[in-house]
Amino acid sequence: MVAVNTADQYLKAIYLIQRVENGPAATGALADSLDVSPASANEMIGKLQERELVDHEKYKGVSLTDEGIVRAREGLQTYCIIERFLANVLEVEEFRAEARELEAVIDETVAERLDTIIEREPQCPDCFDPEADVCALIDLEIEELAD
Amino acid sequence: MSVGTTVTSDQQLVRLLQIGVVLEEVVEARAAYHYRSLSDEEREALDERIVELLDHAAEESAEHRARLERLIDALDAESVAFEEIETLVRGHYGQTKPEDFDGILYDQLHGEETAYKFYDDLITAIEESDAQFSVDRDRLLSVLRDIREEEREGAQEVADIMEERE
Repeated sequence: MVAVNTADQYLKAIYLIQRVENGPAATGALADSLDVSPASANEMIGKLQERELVDHEKYKGVSLTDEGIVRAREGLQTYCIIERFLANVLEVEEFRAEARELEAVIDETVAERLDTIIEREPQCPDCFDPEADVCALIDLEIEELAD
Repeated sequence: MSVGTTVTSDQQLVRLLQIGVVLEEVVEARAAYHYRSLSDEEREALDERIVELLDHAAEESAEHRARLERLIDALDAESVAFEEIETLVRGHYGQTKPEDFDGILYDQLHGEETAYKFYDDLITAIEESDAQFSVDRDRLLSVLRDIREEEREGAQEVADIMEERE
């Protein structure tokens, strides 16, 4: 899959980095997490800033605005639904990698429909573990399935 | 959907077609379940057009599902047994019930619109991709465009009935 990242994927990545860092997301860290060049990341940050979804402070990094946080959490929720759907319904072993590939093609209305047949935890998307790139509660279910 | 998103492999295409199968199964299961969940009095009171609509929705979704499955079979990728998905979806839809006839119609409209949006995004993603799939691209796009058109017509049909009831 070509590393094409949409605005929502950027917002989600910024949200997760901010959560780990407890502060603004450095452009370099953002570019690394999305596997894009710093130039591409800067270009997208500019676009997000124009749409008032992020604030960018030189040498400090990028922070989500309130609206950016709402969008990022929606994006993260959609991502969690896709991961859970792949892991628990289609029983895909490489569900993390496949979720990343499918993320940009699955609209949130479609994800909402898929959400009706998966067992998602009420605390979602706060249960998402940014370092493991997966819902912290998902492995348990896979182990249960394997039993 | 955001610009620049494409489908680049058989495996990715299969997953997306499987999601289409699940969405169709959801529409089919809900249409059948809604009808079954009505009492005899409710069925008698039900507008003939809604009965026909639910029948037609279930039939059409089954047919779409079969067409998607033929495409999945033709692709060179790992798939899953559909029977398991069918059981799972039907299990979940035994638990929810819309409040009234308008709820049934709204639910049906939402299902058709979601499916339309899904196929529309998928078609765009395939059109923007220059990947070679192990199924003929023209056949793939033609099947998906036909299904998308039927979803559009389906959504319109429900919307018309809803408007008349207002």
